[in-house]
Amino acid sequence: MKLSLGPNPYFWPREQTLAFYNAACDWPVDIVYLGESICSKRRELRTKDWIALANTLAAAGKEVVLSSLSLVEAESELGALQRMVDDGRFLIEANDLSAVQACRRAGRPFVAGPTLNVYNHRTLALLLEDGMQRWVPGVEQGRELIRELLNAATEAGVALPELELIVWGRLALAYSARCFTARALDVAKDDCGFRCIEFPDGLPLKTRDGQPFLRINGIQILGEDVCDLGPELLEIAALGADVLRVIPQAEQTGEVLARFRTAIETSDALPRLGHGNGYWLGGPGFDVVPTG
Amino acid sequence: MELVCPAGNLPALQAALDAGADCVYTGFRDQTNARAFPGLNFTDPELAEGVRRAHALGRKVFIALNTYAESGKLKEWQAAVDRAAGIGADAIIAADMGVLDYACHRHPDLPRHLSVQGSATTAQALTYMHDRFGIARAVLPRVLSVQQVERACAVSPVPLEVFAFGSLCIMVEGRCQLSSYVTGASPNRHGVCSPARFVRWDEEADGGRSVHLNGVLIDRFDATEPAGYPTVCKGRFDVGGEIFHALEEPTSLNTMELLPRLKAAGVTALKIEGRQRGAAYVGQVTQVWRAAIDALERDPSHWSVQSRWQATLAGHAEGHQTTLGPYHRAWH
Repeated sequence: MKLSLGPNPYFWPREQTLAFYNAACDWPVDIVYLGESICSKRRELRTKDWIALANTLAAAGKEVVLSSLSLVEAESELGALQRMVDDGRFLIEANDLSAVQACRRAGRPFVAGPTLNVYNHRTLALLLEDGMQRWVPGVEQGRELIRELLNAATEAGVALPELELIVWGRLALAYSARCFTARALDVAKDDCGFRCIEFPDGLPLKTRDGQPFLRINGIQILGEDVCDLGPELLEIAALGADVLRVIPQAEQTGEVLARFRTAIETSDALPRLGHGNGYWLGGPGFDVVPTG
Repeated sequence: MELVCPAGNLPALQAALDAGADCVYTGFRDQTNARAFPGLNFTDPELAEGVRRAHALGRKVFIALNTYAESGKLKEWQAAVDRAAGIGADAIIAADMGVLDYACHRHPDLPRHLSVQGSATTAQALTYMHDRFGIARAVLPRVLSVQQVERACAVSPVPLEVFAFGSLCIMVEGRCQLSSYVTGASPNRHGVCSPARFVRWDEEADGGRSVHLNGVLIDRFDATEPAGYPTVCKGRFDVGGEIFHALEEPTSLNTMELLPRLKAAGVTALKIEGRQRGAAYVGQVTQVWRAAIDALERDPSHWSVQSRWQATLAGHAEGHQTTLGPYHRAWH
């Protein structure tokens, strides 16, 4: 099994991002997903900066994948996507159908990102025809749903793509045209001051009785809990996962990767450090602690 | 412009036809559509009767099969496509590629509309769906500004339908797991959002009420405050010490003032949300939009929003509030 660092959902200052990925050159990770996947207004790094980072990481022996925006609205965003596809040196993570279409038209392989809604083997087969090489299931797809899909694909004679599962990080739950960070700070999205940069792990949202619940990250909503499938690694291996994905966080990402690397090398599960992922067992995503 | 109205049962379908809907969209009584609520939707004979009534008036019936099919259930969704074709539906509305692919090969003459759940927001995405599955129309997600809708109409390979009125999903449709995260009941897979079986209302000592969704406090209401249905996106939460509707207020979309602009942009059809609503809602809302569209087509230069239209629509809106939502840039 390989280990990957997923695209960073958060917005960090330029120097922090550069330092993070320079450090990643030495982290025990095989695949690094780069690029802005949440908001095209975030421009601490431009496309050329991301490509320069991609070259640095590739020179350090990492497989680099460029992640596309999850929600594409403007033609300028389509233009940026097209430049990424045209560059041609790196695999693309397609996070919406615009990216699938751009890759398909250019004859370039892609990773199907977790927002593509691949719920059945037929959809998987169609995307394979389009050039999908690797599939990252959606956050709500747990063990049984993935197993059932892969079994059905195998029965239908479909050559399976690589399977990449999110094993660590906050789960991305929703996307909107609205910027919830701007709303919370009472500024207009068109004049937002890029203030999501103040919240390197998202802006915490609690229920009225004080329970941490969600994180606001621009147009994206994440779950509060950092999910940790470390204890389920043997099941994940049995399911046929080829890649384990760690989602970046402001602190200790290198340590998290090192933990999972050790687990891969020893073929052993890990004690849980984060929260359980309820989706894995087919329930609600959050780590259910009934509050009465 | 076609007026596409919702119906969750035969009385609502009849109300839509009586009030002048060009098309009525419906769903089967199972998880194949995104309004899979108890007591709602149609048996096959009811739907056949609805199609008969619509066709007798020269109107159309669309059947929404717009949830995503898990592998183990794909046959059930495909069978629903066969049933829709057998009943004589004028189109299916679908999002899942496995369902669209089946429909396109098995029933090539049954038009396929891309559901809002398909999350296609660009010409590229629409081109993909058109190339792959021959979609005849697409419903745009409620995320685009009116300028972006105009641009989409200009460059789309297929005619476009947009939401005109009704409850406002503020997230990209097909991409929201908030209900699923809290309850396990998923809009994408089960066709439900925050189902009632997970909702618990409690009276508080001060006369107010609190509402939990599967144990998560979504909001509290004073004794005098109107209490809305507890979807996560319309609850009040604490962000940075301030309690407010952090995602959205309980409000409905109303695009009436944009009607001439949507028509000029070349929007093919206007969709009214609300298959879960009753015949009174469907009839009155349909009547207002019929009058507005007819007035615009009769005399565009003298068209203006009538206050009685807006009053009727506001009366049917969540919290009696309406918004231009994402069509208006300031909403973003």
